[in-house]
Amino acid sequence: MTDHQHYYHAPDLARFAEVGQGNPELWQKFLGWYSAVFAEGALSQREKALIALAVAHAVQCPYCIDAYSTASLEHGSNEEQMTEAVHVAAAIRGGASLVHGVQMRNHLHQLGMQP
Amino acid sequence: MTVLPTLQKQQHPLASGAAQLARLYAVRLERSFPRALDGAGLWPLQPTGIDILQVNVGKKCNQTCRHCHVDAGPDRTEMMPDDVLEACLAVLRDHPIPTLDITGGAPELHPAFRRLVTTARGLGRRVIDRCNLTITRLPNYRYLPAFLAEHQVEIVASLPYYQARQTDTQRGDGVFEASIAALQELNALGYGQPGTGLVLNLVTNPVGAFLPPAQAAAEREWRERLGRQHGVVFTHLFTITNMPVSRFLEHLDERQQTEAYLARLAQAFNPAAAAGVMCRTTLSVGWDGRLYDCDFNQQLDLPVESRVPRTIFEFEAAALAGRRVAVAPHCFGCTAGGGSSCGGALDG
Repeated sequence: MTDHQHYYHAPDLARFAEVGQGNPELWQKFLGWYSAVFAEGALSQREKALIALAVAHAVQCPYCIDAYSTASLEHGSNEEQMTEAVHVAAAIRGGASLVHGVQMRNHLHQLGMQP
Repeated sequence: MTVLPTLQKQQHPLASGAAQLARLYAVRLERSFPRALDGAGLWPLQPTGIDILQVNVGKKCNQTCRHCHVDAGPDRTEMMPDDVLEACLAVLRDHPIPTLDITGGAPELHPAFRRLVTTARGLGRRVIDRCNLTITRLPNYRYLPAFLAEHQVEIVASLPYYQARQTDTQRGDGVFEASIAALQELNALGYGQPGTGLVLNLVTNPVGAFLPPAQAAAEREWRERLGRQHGVVFTHLFTITNMPVSRFLEHLDERQQTEAYLARLAQAFNPAAAAGVMCRTTLSVGWDGRLYDCDFNQQLDLPVESRVPRTIFEFEAAALAGRRVAVAPHCFGCTAGGGSSCGGALDG
């Protein structure tokens, strides 16, 4: 047990593997899959790190943001590129909210008297 | 160009090698560097020979880069005396050491720089000048590009990044622009151009507390960017890890990143890189003639082991080639990831 009072605590990222103690077999499967996903493939490791950085912002995971900010730098991305990746995530999140405006309009149409 | 006071000028505690070592040893790591080497079958670490005599001619520099492991700057006065310089040349004359690697500070500020270069070249040795590029823009040093080309000196030039903002953040305002002008002049003299034999290697180190990118991929990107934006060509790009020593250690402490950075280096220990560390082929000479396993150990006042000659005046090739390399936690910097050396990455 730790004595800190925060839900998110930066040093906890280094304790990620402790999650495997509850089910080592599933943990090993996760690790194998995770490693394969981030290996050099049709996309470069650098591109994958930038995607992960953007997704980390979309899912708002502070551990992932720390990890993939470092990974992006270590794969040669710079601040401008990383910021653009974050904007992509933010734009999709913003657009995802806004596109529900169509749902709102559909409902308005059903309830209202507009032609 | 922004020039800052050195740690020594500030009378900062980390100006002393002993204080730096104490700080490094205060960080709790999962395993020590000797234990990591032992796991790779490399303990005790021994040289494979002396292929490079790396001579640090002094700590004076026209820049005060934020990561500098030498704590070099305009306010430093240490300069290699003539008798030490002559002893270095005598060792080169009497032993088949193929390469003289001249470093500093800005080594070109040493009054005998030209004599050191021409004598070593006269002995048929490969000579490397670790050049900060901006020195060639100063009025008294405008001769350097043509001089280095005439004597076919290999240039290893520092340039942290292919953009101005990052470079100037680390090395001072205006450094990028001056560096590009220097590179363009060197290119015009044939440096970095295929077929000329004039080698111009660039060195990049991260602008922050993270590992450098893979060298081959970075080299492709740099070649494309510097070529397209500035018409600059170069021979190779070396990626070098920032050493948690001197000013970079002070920066890490200031950002409360020392523990995390050392843990990152230790976690990225690469046995293949460890097998090729530069201290296995290099002997480092301090401005005062004392001998070290590398330039980093030199700045930490960590000399070669006491069983072997400890000054250039007492040089004995066989004894020194059989020495045990002195290590400390900073050595994880050379073995992390793709590895790091004065010649760039060690493992691809």
